[in-house]
Amino acid sequence: MNRFRLLPSPLDTPTGTRASRGLGIVVLLGLVMLTLLGLFFTDEDVVQGSTVRLMYIHVPTAWVAYLAFIVTAITSAMYMWGKQHSLTFDRIAGASAEVGVIFMGLCLVTGSLWGRITWGTYWQWDPRLTTTAFLFVTYVGYLAVRDLGGSHQQRAKRSAVVALLAVLEIPLVHFSVVLWRSLHQEASVLQPNGDVTMDGLMLFSLLFGVAVFTSLFAWMVLHRQRVLMLADAIDDGGLEAALQERRNEAN
Amino acid sequence: MGSVDEAVRLHNAVVLLGSFPALAEASLVVKKGQIVLISGANGAGKTTLLRLCAGLVPLARGEASVLGFNLATQRKEAQAHVGMLGHANGLYLDLTAQENLKFWGAVVGASSREIALSAQRMGLHERLLNTPVAKMSAGQRRRTALAILVIRRASLWLLDEPHAGLDASGRDEIDNILREAASAGATVIVASHELERAGALATRRIEVVGGAIVERGAQ
Amino acid sequence: MTQNSISTMSVARAIATKDLRIEWRSKVLVNQVLPFAGIVMVLFAFALDNDGILQRVAPGLVWLAVLFSSLIIVQRTFAIESADNALDAIKVAGVSSAGVFLGKSVALAVQLLLFECVLVMLSLVLYQVQLSWGGAVLLVTVSVLANVGIATMGALYGGLGAAAKGRETLLPLLLLPAVAPVLIAATRATESAFGVSGATLGEGWPWVALLAVFGALFGFGGTLAFGVLTEE
Repeated sequence: MNRFRLLPSPLDTPTGTRASRGLGIVVLLGLVMLTLLGLFFTDEDVVQGSTVRLMYIHVPTAWVAYLAFIVTAITSAMYMWGKQHSLTFDRIAGASAEVGVIFMGLCLVTGSLWGRITWGTYWQWDPRLTTTAFLFVTYVGYLAVRDLGGSHQQRAKRSAVVALLAVLEIPLVHFSVVLWRSLHQEASVLQPNGDVTMDGLMLFSLLFGVAVFTSLFAWMVLHRQRVLMLADAIDDGGLEAALQERRNEAN
Repeated sequence: MGSVDEAVRLHNAVVLLGSFPALAEASLVVKKGQIVLISGANGAGKTTLLRLCAGLVPLARGEASVLGFNLATQRKEAQAHVGMLGHANGLYLDLTAQENLKFWGAVVGASSREIALSAQRMGLHERLLNTPVAKMSAGQRRRTALAILVIRRASLWLLDEPHAGLDASGRDEIDNILREAASAGATVIVASHELERAGALATRRIEVVGGAIVERGAQ
Repeated sequence: MTQNSISTMSVARAIATKDLRIEWRSKVLVNQVLPFAGIVMVLFAFALDNDGILQRVAPGLVWLAVLFSSLIIVQRTFAIESADNALDAIKVAGVSSAGVFLGKSVALAVQLLLFECVLVMLSLVLYQVQLSWGGAVLLVTVSVLANVGIATMGALYGGLGAAAKGRETLLPLLLLPAVAPVLIAATRATESAFGVSGATLGEGWPWVALLAVFGALFGFGGTLAFGVLTEE
């Protein structure tokens, strides 16, 4: 596509800044630290043994997944009701949903591994689990809507509406699943229920994991959002060249 | 923008289909009551020009107003007065002509008298009115679609190849209908390959070349 | 000017009447989609191959068949708009999109009700379930309210698919997760109506409340959202 070469080239623009590089290093060190804490420094749980170590990743992934969708919902609302209809909010919403879907996938995988060891089965129709799976599918749908094509503003409007509808959908899904399971609850299902008695270091590791993953989320969204911005800029920048090409048809 | 006697005013209008600029800084002013013929090669941007005036495609850059309404901010207001007949007729094939007209009558609030009058004007007689659209000829469908434009009291008519697929008498009828509409105060913009025929009809000719507009003179 | 004064409700009425008249005339639903739903019911019986099980899961099967059929009905309702590009004609005319949405939803809900009547009768015959008068009252209420939910979500996401030409395949991905609460609530309530799995009539009515909330929420949300999702 030689017409892109006419541009001041967004392709050469790095997505990192000094600040984001700093954040990246902090995240990396945090992840190393978390690994050490989770695998070596903390003790086994009395009941669950080493299985409990999954918790240091599982809980943070779940947290980040839900956080991501809250960010998507809020930025979608800010796009819809902002006077400017700023595409920046739209791109943050999209970036956050993408990262959220990845973390939700990881959350489901780590959750079912833990379930396999603890419950003896990969899947339980537990309300939290079921809602999480629905959230995953709903946001896969949201990403498909973002991909429908059309102008940037059209993409932004459509996906913001779908994200806001999802905010209505998810509590209803959760509520109906809770109601459904409460009728069919067999006592054995949730025993043991995953609660652990945590000592100080375990609790610290868990909270530390949440903090590290939150920073990782911020770092990923920051970069992804800039990539989306550059992709939009290429579309827009290509416009000048495309207009010129179109005018040349006349001659 | 746009004074009262202008039906269409475009200033450096850019319309994108995907990332392709179908209209590349097109500028055009059409006065009310004119019959304008748009010619141009396939892919030059004729259809997009009409769809822009109908508010069907968003303006990426530049300015566009129709009947004094800014398309960027008052699209719905403008559309209430704009009628477009594209390659498709926009009819419901399982319904009769009469039922199609009645549907539009209900949507825009036209009386059954208005519906009957417009059907009469388009030569849709009793038997034809009760024929399902699926069983009509191309010309009869076209006339039904034009009757809907009349029911909608459109004051800007946008027509994309209205003569396509019609026989000689069907074409003559279309011409008469367009002349009549213009003399009743409507503005008519026709995109057509058939310069001979449409040229005789038009009060002004423009050509779309590479997404921009070139004046070809009045007649 | 006159056109703007036409109320959303009369647009909705015109659209709904027109849609139902087309279905009445073309018989596509009755001749093609309804037999499909019937075959699905028979296939369920083949797959589950045990009278005891069939009777117990009959409520779920009825509603699954309704949901699968709803995908086809929704696609059909937008196919009649795009056959001769009437959707563009409606857009050009600047017709109230809330009116279009409500009209489409009403027509869909009526068609779904027809399907539910037939499917419930089929389940009485094929799956040997029992229906008391009290159960029938509950079932009708459930069907009407569930239809509000399915029809509004169907009109909304079907409209999005139709506006983004060639992406109608998106409909199941968007619609099915969204109407999952309807499936859960309607199935539980129907269990009560049929009196299977030891469910009593009284246990069914709370689910009706959930269906009502769902319908109201998305009826309202859809009315606001439809215009944005379908315009270019």
